[in-house]
Amino acid sequence: MTDISFVRSEMVDSRPAPNRTTGAVAWLQKNLFATPVDTLLTVLGLLFLLWVVPPLFNFIIGHAVFPGGTVEQCRDPNAGACWAYISAEMEFFIYGFYDIPEQWRPNIVFALGALLFIPLLIPQAPFKRANALLLLIAYPIVSYYLLAGGVFGLKVIHTEKWGGLLVTLILSVIGITLSFPLGIVLALGRQSKMPVIRTLCISFIELVRAVPLITVLFMASIMLPLFMPQGTTVDKFLRALVGVTLFTSAYMAEVVRGGLQAIPRGQYEAAASLGLSYWKQMYFIILPQALKHVIPGIVNSAIALFKDTSLVYIVGMKDLLEAVKTKNDSALEWQSANTATTGYLFAAMVFWVFCFGMSRYSIFMEHRLHTGHKR
Amino acid sequence: MTTIDTGRRLAPRASFFNDPVIRGIIYQIVVAVLLVSFIFWIIGNTAANLAAQNKTTGFDFLWRTAGFDISFSLLPWSRASYYWEAFLVGILNTLLVAVIGIFFATLLGFTIGIARLSTNFIVSRLATVYVELIRNIPLLLQLFFWYFAVLKAMPAVRDSIALPFDSFINQRGVMVPKPIPDEQFAIVWLGLLIAILGVFALRHWARKRLEATGQRFPVFLTSVAILVGIPALFFVVSGASVSFEVPELQRFNFKGGLQLPPEFVALAFGLTIYTASFIAETVRAGILSVNRGQTEAAQSLGLKEGDRLRLVIVPQAMRVIVPPLTSQYLNLTKNSSLGAAIGYPELVNVFSGTALNQTGRAIECIAMTMAVYLTLSLLTSAIMNWYNGRVRLVER
Repeated sequence: MTDISFVRSEMVDSRPAPNRTTGAVAWLQKNLFATPVDTLLTVLGLLFLLWVVPPLFNFIIGHAVFPGGTVEQCRDPNAGACWAYISAEMEFFIYGFYDIPEQWRPNIVFALGALLFIPLLIPQAPFKRANALLLLIAYPIVSYYLLAGGVFGLKVIHTEKWGGLLVTLILSVIGITLSFPLGIVLALGRQSKMPVIRTLCISFIELVRAVPLITVLFMASIMLPLFMPQGTTVDKFLRALVGVTLFTSAYMAEVVRGGLQAIPRGQYEAAASLGLSYWKQMYFIILPQALKHVIPGIVNSAIALFKDTSLVYIVGMKDLLEAVKTKNDSALEWQSANTATTGYLFAAMVFWVFCFGMSRYSIFMEHRLHTGHKR
Repeated sequence: MTTIDTGRRLAPRASFFNDPVIRGIIYQIVVAVLLVSFIFWIIGNTAANLAAQNKTTGFDFLWRTAGFDISFSLLPWSRASYYWEAFLVGILNTLLVAVIGIFFATLLGFTIGIARLSTNFIVSRLATVYVELIRNIPLLLQLFFWYFAVLKAMPAVRDSIALPFDSFINQRGVMVPKPIPDEQFAIVWLGLLIAILGVFALRHWARKRLEATGQRFPVFLTSVAILVGIPALFFVVSGASVSFEVPELQRFNFKGGLQLPPEFVALAFGLTIYTASFIAETVRAGILSVNRGQTEAAQSLGLKEGDRLRLVIVPQAMRVIVPPLTSQYLNLTKNSSLGAAIGYPELVNVFSGTALNQTGRAIECIAMTMAVYLTLSLLTSAIMNWYNGRVRLVER
């Protein structure tokens, strides 16, 4: 027998207590200077910030020409962003070529939309069902007649004149609202036991998801008129809308499918054993659970759609990005070194605010609906 | 006592139309009939419309002379080339920008994704800002920004900005030295091929030895040494040489070197930056999905930090990362079609744009364009599914 022992025979001296585990110094030590590599990274990060932040700040705020400034100030070689240009062209960015005396109509549409939409987003607000019905059914009809005119003595304004943020918002709101139910139907079809319907849904989803949105838009704008009976004209706006909606619904379908697959079989069996019809099973039992699972995915699709509306520019629609680009290229009275950059910066900020807002809201909703697993 | 009489209830209780099987068949027949009539309706309308416009159909136009210019092409291109050659040029340009974009986006994406999980406050915050900023702004807008606001705003040719390694950047794009291998250089490629085969053999042998004896072999370092060493040896021994053709400023423009047009640079740059933000999120989610217990278990087994990552964490994270990563690669390829908006001659621009407008064959051109993307998608998912099958969790 050798006397190797793996059991300690004497006590270890107690170590001194750590100096600090809370407070600024400890925080710095833990988060910035934990190891030599960490310290190096921190220094590099700080150098990067020093390199990027001051010029950026000077461009956006420090040396910028704010609304009320003149184009001469913007042309100064030291000038930063030309916000004066943005404020001067704001009307065009929001309404496009919409007749100026009639701009109260989109304004009402915007206001009504906000009025109906915001209570729907606040969980505590009452009358959810009535609110949703108003938003989904009454609001689109009212908006359409307000914007297009032709009734109650309102001047007719063709969709060619619509533009800017108005078009971006209309396309994305209608696109999301239509592609959501369409996506659910496609996802259910994909899960169906009926081979004809299943094949149909799978082919549609896979075909649409495999090609770029541009080609779908080209198809909608060039081939849709060919498919229609002779003499029918399909509005350009409607063509873009059809393209965007079909495209998004395929993505939505895959998101919903993910949710449907996450529901345990027992739930389907329980629903069936209650004697509910197929649609009742889906409506009362399966979909509420499935959709809750995939809120992040649904919002991601919505964000993607919102960003993708910028592509309708390719088939000749004038959305926000196109409006900004048009002015960047053509507003000769505002020509300066930074005009284009400022224009794109403005468009980027608008898109960013909407998309970031949506993603934050989805996180909030996810936490709120995260029931059943929380203890 | 009640007895259950099973014999009496064999006949269907429900009426004929309430039988789910029969009802399903009826539904499907209705849908099929509707679909077929819809398709015939569309075909009829299209034929009538085309006849009214005096347009013909068919793919014969592919063998006609295209007669337009393409600003950037990997194949020899002239106005006398045929439409099918334009189709090929478009596909190659799409593939070129997609491959380059995928390569750099993967590098950048993995870096940012890991940086977001760093314990270093500044590093993780910078990565978060990058991701939240980039992925919430439309790609088209970013492309416009890089192309119109950055590259087109570069100085004129005479005042080009000089970059390291004899590279220049100006309004007309980026000029980099062009490597010109001599004839002997083919041997170096052969050396590389041998090295790659050698690495596979080495891995196979090392695994066998590990299973047989339990002894580890430093596969990675040896592989790197082989991959660098053998081609280098061939290079030296064969006396091959590579000369660099440096871009030089002539009277009006740069001559020589590799001239990357601004459309290409903007598209590759934009796609990389944009897709990297999505890949970063994918990578982060993948790493976070590996249970902390796995790290602890690996630690308690006495694995070193490197082995812990390589043998325990990364393989499990890859299972979660690979499927969405595939979608990101596909998205990048499809998004390269936005090059059409800034004038990069990729497939959509060349074929659904110029060729369609010149020939008027809308259906054929769009169908061919879509078919290419469909093939690419199916190929990518086939390869990735194969990979996914190899790394997935084996369950009972």
